[in-house]
Amino acid sequence: MNRRQVLLTAPLGVAALGGAAFWTMLRGMQRGTFDPRGVPSPITGQPVPHFDLPAQAPGQGFTSAELAQGKPVLLNFFASWCVPCVQEHPALLALAKSGMPIWAIAYKDPEDKAAQFIQRHGDPYQRIGRDTPGRVAIDFGLSGVPESFLVDGGGVVRWHWPGPLDASVIQDRLQPAWRALG
Amino acid sequence: MIPELGHFALALACALSFAQAILPIYGAWRRDERLIAAAPGLACGQLLALGVSAFCLVWSNVVDDFSVLNVAENSNSLKPLLYKITGSWGNHEGSIILWALILALCGGAVAGFGRNLPGALRARVIGVLGASSAGFLLFSLLTSNPFTRLWPAPIDGRDMNPLLQDPGLAFHPPMLYAGYVGFAVPFAFAIAALLEGRVDASWGRWVRPWTLASWCLLTCGIALGSWWAYYELGWGGFWFWDPVENASLLPWLTGTALLHSAIVVEKREALKIWTVLLAIATFSLSLSGTFLVRSGILNSVHAFANDPARGVFILGLLGVVIGGSLLLFAIRAPALSAGGIFAPVSREGALVLNNVLLCSIAAVVITGTMYPLFSDLILHDKLSVGAPFFNATVIPLAVPVFAAMTIGPVMPWKRAALLPALLRIWWAALIAVMVGLIALTKAPVLPALAFGGAAWMIAGAAADIVERIRLFRLPAGNSMARLRGLPIAAFGAAIAHAGLGVTVAGIAGMSLARQQVVLVHPGEQIQAAGLTWALDSLTDRTGPNYNERVANIRVIRPGEPDLEMHPSRRAFTTQTVTTTEAAIHTTGFADIYAVLGEERDGAAVMRLHYNPMAPWIWLGGLVMAIGGGLSLADRRLRVGAPARKTVPLGVSA
Amino acid sequence: MTRKGRRWAIVLVCGVGLGSATALSLLAFSSDMVFFVAPSDLAANGQPGRSLRLGGLVEAGSVHRVSEGGEPVAHFRVTDGKASVDVSYTGILPDLFREGQGVVTLGTLRPDGTFRASEVLAKHDETYMPKDVADALKKAGMWDPTKGPPPPAATWNAMATRTAG
Repeated sequence: MNRRQVLLTAPLGVAALGGAAFWTMLRGMQRGTFDPRGVPSPITGQPVPHFDLPAQAPGQGFTSAELAQGKPVLLNFFASWCVPCVQEHPALLALAKSGMPIWAIAYKDPEDKAAQFIQRHGDPYQRIGRDTPGRVAIDFGLSGVPESFLVDGGGVVRWHWPGPLDASVIQDRLQPAWRALG
Repeated sequence: MIPELGHFALALACALSFAQAILPIYGAWRRDERLIAAAPGLACGQLLALGVSAFCLVWSNVVDDFSVLNVAENSNSLKPLLYKITGSWGNHEGSIILWALILALCGGAVAGFGRNLPGALRARVIGVLGASSAGFLLFSLLTSNPFTRLWPAPIDGRDMNPLLQDPGLAFHPPMLYAGYVGFAVPFAFAIAALLEGRVDASWGRWVRPWTLASWCLLTCGIALGSWWAYYELGWGGFWFWDPVENASLLPWLTGTALLHSAIVVEKREALKIWTVLLAIATFSLSLSGTFLVRSGILNSVHAFANDPARGVFILGLLGVVIGGSLLLFAIRAPALSAGGIFAPVSREGALVLNNVLLCSIAAVVITGTMYPLFSDLILHDKLSVGAPFFNATVIPLAVPVFAAMTIGPVMPWKRAALLPALLRIWWAALIAVMVGLIALTKAPVLPALAFGGAAWMIAGAAADIVERIRLFRLPAGNSMARLRGLPIAAFGAAIAHAGLGVTVAGIAGMSLARQQVVLVHPGEQIQAAGLTWALDSLTDRTGPNYNERVANIRVIRPGEPDLEMHPSRRAFTTQTVTTTEAAIHTTGFADIYAVLGEERDGAAVMRLHYNPMAPWIWLGGLVMAIGGGLSLADRRLRVGAPARKTVPLGVSA
Repeated sequence: MTRKGRRWAIVLVCGVGLGSATALSLLAFSSDMVFFVAPSDLAANGQPGRSLRLGGLVEAGSVHRVSEGGEPVAHFRVTDGKASVDVSYTGILPDLFREGQGVVTLGTLRPDGTFRASEVLAKHDETYMPKDVADALKKAGMWDPTKGPPPPAATWNAMATRTAG
């Protein structure tokens, strides 16, 4: 190959590099590891913030210390006024059935509304705390409801998903993260 | 029934586009006259099928068929008819159909107007266009079908984003897409030339009108988009260096370079390989820009719903189109014959400088747009690049373009000297200096320089015409005769160059804009942005599908009647979204611009602007497009070069 | 001029063009890059004067609007759970700006440790959320057709509106 040919192949090389980079970005976006518009979540890899939440019927409240008692837990923020939460609910019920412990925090929701929500849609939760003022949510750096955090036995957040959990999120992201915790 | 017909027509168009891609190119390769002759028919057939499909989509929107998912998601029975029609392409699925339809129109135009192209060349061009159509139609059918049904059908639809319910934006996408997609034709010519292994003056002559037409549409599209952002987003700015805006600017920059380098191919048979590369790059940038936005990689203030899964398909498509064409380029371009030779200081030299600078600007814009993504991907650093970066890089590179674009046209081909060229337009320089000095008395240094530059471009464009007709150096009658004999394209070029000057003047004026955020009580009078404003009252008003809070304000001007303005905030009933409707009063030399914000304790927060020269920004865009359109009307562009026997080639703009 | 000389002239023009483009970009990168920071980053090592994007949640109860010299100024605190920063902003707040909601602000840190914002974007305004909304609607018929139109966009955007007081 002479110099001229090398020079004329250069555009192809540049395009290929760009294509490879975009491919990586897209894969990352699908896996949730890359989010070009996201605000970095400071909590992944950190211990859960300290809190002590009152009970939300029909469940029992909990503290941050109780979250860290040796077993991994899926922590789910929800609210009765949030439409995607309704959409997510069947997936949570299925997860609970498959044996995953799910604890919940009702976010900025009147107690009776949240109770009605669980009564109507089913109860996948082992414990339910009530965060009516939304303080704990701020400590968690919540960006919206629903949002779910995978907390390991030591009380450290290992994975988080802003938005509803659906079949593909559960299969491609939650399950691998869950298995990684053993 | 109608949506099913549309779906069927879409599938039919897809099948036809595959035939259009394969048969003519194979025929041109095997020299099979029947297959070559089939090309125009296939292109027209695809256009017809897609036209039916697009009509069905518009129909579904107009009759409020909410059993169609796309209509249910994006329309609403209360929406005015105009937006029901334009809403058909205001969403992802519909815009793909629009995109494909314009591509099919290009194919149809080549079939219709290209009767005098050599048969094999035309077959190849149509084939390449068919191949790109095939990709998009497949994309539409497999991932973004606009005719998907929804059952049970909701009683009413979710409505369109209110920001998009605006006449400016209704026509912005078709214009912009026509510009983007139009560059598919020069691209197809470039691929055909690579397949044939031949680029010559007549190739340059065929490519130019298509490039020019797309360039005009893209210019209009960008100007319209910028104008929309100015009055609808209510931020008072005209260009935000937003990724979506940059995505439209990039093909404009390389397209402008292509327009100029094609002249060199046509006149001097030089820069051939470069022009082919530019044609490929321009279309590639059109494609990647739009579709990177769709995939959600680039985010923006005015984004479509996006989806990484769709992105993978798009990336694959881009890989085939861009990767394939660049691979072909790498293999075949070395075989193209070397170009003519010219001195660095000459018309060609000036055009090379123009190309280098435009491409450098494009490169820094790409860098600024992409760098945050790459830094996030590789360094895991979240950062953003905003207007300061682009201003610091683009402006210094644009200044030499502005300087050279006036000198270039008065330089002769092949070999020139700088000094005589400058002497010929000395009076343009004088006007520029005077305008700059006058501006300096009222404005800071940089805007004054910009005003001088704008005057340089506008006067220089006039100087080019004056120079060509030897005005004042020959008797007036001779000059008039020369004027009549001057090709329309010469006027077109001068007008387009002057248009850029108008835009630059507008931007310079906008840099002097004054704005102020104030808290006003009804009945109060305040001083803001150099004007006296009075807020008379705040009232409520009901529109067809929104409720509106209107501020009734007056601008009190000494010696002139008061100016009434009514900025408002609209709350759309079906989507709890509010939009800000800026009130704008334009005098031609300045805009008075008022935005109503929130209300607290009976007082209204308002942002009041005084934007000198603002209308000139978009006026300049229009003038540029008119210049381009005039050049299109030039007979010379339609008469074939003697090297290959060709006759009229026109363009539908 | 020889053919070779002319070719070199073109190479030179290209070199100067691209070279100055590179130089300008690098120069602008070193001064005009806007980094994304969280309040805890600012607390740890905030450099006053640099243009920054500050992201976090608007602390509940922290928003108060005042009028300073005829100009409306909004004061609020942005937090990431570990630290919070006082932010002041003169201008029109986005429609979906609310307490307890994510925001991104663009501005500079002042020597007194407060953040002066020149631009405030509500993280959940419609320009930020279309993906989730679209996905949710894709699951289709999600809204109950007998109840008429689908839920308004603001309620899809999670925390935005109908919070219990």
